[in-house]
Amino acid sequence: MELFLMQLLNGINIGAIYALIALGYTMVYGIAKLINFAHGEIIMVGSYTMFICIATFDLPVVLSIIITILACALLGVVIEKLAYKPLRNASRISLLITAIGMSYLLQSVFQLIFSANSKTFPQVINVSNVEIFNVTVSGNQIVTLFVAIFLMIVLDLFVRKTKTGKSMRAVSEDSGAAQLMGINVNRTISITFSIGSALAAVAGILYSSSYPLINPFMGSTIGIKAFTAAVIGGIGIIPGAVLGGFILGIIESLSKAYISSQLYDAIVFSTLILTLVFKPSGLLAKHKKEKV
Amino acid sequence: MKKFKLKKIDNKKKTFLYIFMIVVIYAIVMALTSAGIINRYYNGILITVCINLILVVSLNLTTGYLGQLTLGHAGFMAIGAYAAAYFSKTFMTIPQPFSFIIALLIGGVMAMIAGLIIGVPALRLKGDYLAIITLGFGEVIKTILLSMAIIGGAKGYIGIPRVTTFTSAYVFVIITIVFVCLLIKSRHGRAIISISEDEIASEASGINIVKYKIMAFAFAAFFAGIAGGIYAHYMGIIEPKTFGFNKSIEILVMVVLGGMGSINGAVIATIAITILPEMLRSLSQYRTLMYAVTLIGVMLYKYDPRVQVLMCKAKMFCAKINPFKRKEAK
Amino acid sequence: MNVLKISNLGINFGGLRAVDNFNLEINEGELVGLIGPNGAGKTTVFNMLTGVYAPTDGTLQLGGVKYNGKTTYQIANMGIARTFQNIRLFKNCTVLDNVKVAMHDTYRYSVIDAVFRLPKYYRLEKQMNEKAIELLKIFSLEDYAESKASSLPYGKQRELEIVRALATNPKLLLLDEPAAGMNPNETKELMNTIKKVRDEFKIAILLIEHDMKLVKGICEKITVLNYGCVLAEGDVETVLSNKSVISAYLGD
Repeated sequence: MELFLMQLLNGINIGAIYALIALGYTMVYGIAKLINFAHGEIIMVGSYTMFICIATFDLPVVLSIIITILACALLGVVIEKLAYKPLRNASRISLLITAIGMSYLLQSVFQLIFSANSKTFPQVINVSNVEIFNVTVSGNQIVTLFVAIFLMIVLDLFVRKTKTGKSMRAVSEDSGAAQLMGINVNRTISITFSIGSALAAVAGILYSSSYPLINPFMGSTIGIKAFTAAVIGGIGIIPGAVLGGFILGIIESLSKAYISSQLYDAIVFSTLILTLVFKPSGLLAKHKKEKV
Repeated sequence: MKKFKLKKIDNKKKTFLYIFMIVVIYAIVMALTSAGIINRYYNGILITVCINLILVVSLNLTTGYLGQLTLGHAGFMAIGAYAAAYFSKTFMTIPQPFSFIIALLIGGVMAMIAGLIIGVPALRLKGDYLAIITLGFGEVIKTILLSMAIIGGAKGYIGIPRVTTFTSAYVFVIITIVFVCLLIKSRHGRAIISISEDEIASEASGINIVKYKIMAFAFAAFFAGIAGGIYAHYMGIIEPKTFGFNKSIEILVMVVLGGMGSINGAVIATIAITILPEMLRSLSQYRTLMYAVTLIGVMLYKYDPRVQVLMCKAKMFCAKINPFKRKEAK
Repeated sequence: MNVLKISNLGINFGGLRAVDNFNLEINEGELVGLIGPNGAGKTTVFNMLTGVYAPTDGTLQLGGVKYNGKTTYQIANMGIARTFQNIRLFKNCTVLDNVKVAMHDTYRYSVIDAVFRLPKYYRLEKQMNEKAIELLKIFSLEDYAESKASSLPYGKQRELEIVRALATNPKLLLLDEPAAGMNPNETKELMNTIKKVRDEFKIAILLIEHDMKLVKGICEKITVLNYGCVLAEGDVETVLSNKSVISAYLGD
């Protein structure tokens, strides 16, 4: 029982991180219909930025976090402007290849600067462990969960209540119509990318605090998992990303502990396959029929 | 009024030219090999080109002609590689050319079966969801192979007879290309292309779109499996991580750069992308960087209006000097 | 003997009853019009007839055979062909290939025949080409046979869609607003061609059209749909002088 609770907690911990990243995937997909394969690399960049701020420049933690978030948000916007915007009318597959190219580019640049060897991420979360029902909950887990839930609530309010949030939803429904209604589509897309990347930065810091070895390729594995989470929940749907993230995290953690420490990835991706077979557009998606 | 005359079903001149090219390329490679100009290293590159060609042409069937984005092609290659290798290692006593051919066919058929297993449920999905499910499928295969100790697991499957030669690889490239070209120029090929153009109209014209999607998927998987088998018998050792997401993407990139649904383009792109990095070996640490920049650059340039005008002009020029052009009846 | 018999057809979209209690009989060689204001459910009827939507209730019969539950391609091969309101050609294929795709079921050869280029392949391809050209000649499209479908002018694209539908060798042809976007001259020409198609191929035609001149000019029978229900049916003169039909179109 204790083992189960512990694994469940681990699952919720990693699930919260997946959810934060999945939000970025889902928002970008919703608005640009693009599987942003470079999104995983933002996590990696975030981790390295934090690492430099603390290990090299010895900055205070809060300032480092702010710098990391701003740097990633900016990077997200720059990538969009440089690589995706010129291709907005191109075929989807070209856009996808560009995103993949972007992902390789960030990986190789960071590999050239920091080498392929892993670096140890500094301890930035200093919260003591808590004991609940004989199960130790680490400070990291508590912080991760609270930060993630806080950000999700803020994001939800932002998207539903603010003018910018409404224009984001309008652009994702129909960008042409949104433009005709006087919405600045370019600005909205930039904002979406910056929010998604900021969330990825936070996710990167949280992830590296729990698993403190960082390398230039860390982003692709987490990225694909988080993307899988977004699809399981229904890509383009914000609550879907959160649901998918937690489901995936818990399944991964439990199957690692109870089924096989090798096959857990296969189980994670089989979950994806089964979900799509039974719910072709994800758990929370509404079925849309093509008009004839 | 001029009398309308239709093109011949197969252009004989073109066919002879292609056969001539196939023979000449083979003869040149053989001559250079016996002259010692093509050494072991170059031979290896040529075989890699052949393997990639089979993969790219087969993926072109699903992604180019059928119009369904697939991100798990390397998964089929993996199944073919392991199945063929397993056969070869188990039945060492069968005399060589036969053993190799049977191994490749088994690899192809196993990959095809996998293609059917994933294809039947996956093809209910549209667009990006199909891409995602094939991505997931590729990862599942990789993980399962990693955990199977009987075929080496993460350490790799070793001791596969290294029997792949340029000739055998070349023969299968030709078989693949000819198969795909002839299939595409038939009622089956037209059905496949019509699905990528407009599924609803295709169905309303009497095409069983599920059958054709599965058919294209199965053929693509079959040839990917063959490519895997050739690869396994060339390397002598195979590891699951070779067949991951990055390999699938590499194949997809070649298809896209070559222009989807174009065999000539695919062949050129494959040769270029396989050979260029080898020529830049001295800059090996910058290889990925250059690859990434090229990808982004090509995509951006392709959609730059100035470049498009240029391409249009080039096309018109090519059409002007095209030796196969029919004479206009004035 | 009727070609098509629809009885009691109805469909729900969520809570909305899009079509209700729709009955229609079409006899061999008949030209029937289906009219009604926008959103009345005309295209929905077409979609049910061709298996794109599954009707919630009612039966569909083609030549006396019930075909509810058949898929779109099976229905096409049984003998119902259609065109679309917003043109759906295979844009990047040649005009000839557009037609040949639709002959898929009539001229059958296997993958083996194709990849080994067996005599059957050449024989059937030749027959297909000849037949396709013959069909294209109805609309004098044969000169465009080798150009891309997307390069045709709008009116020609609509005609090509009709040719493609004919190529499936149908017993019943469904035309969804064939004259949409055509000028009066083109419409007139189209009217003649539709009649000619009916007479030459001896098929029944059901068409949706807003252009009353065309409907009056060629249809023998019309059915009027409004809010998913049949408002009136019968011969052209009676229906078009029906008060409720006029009020549905023009308002009270």
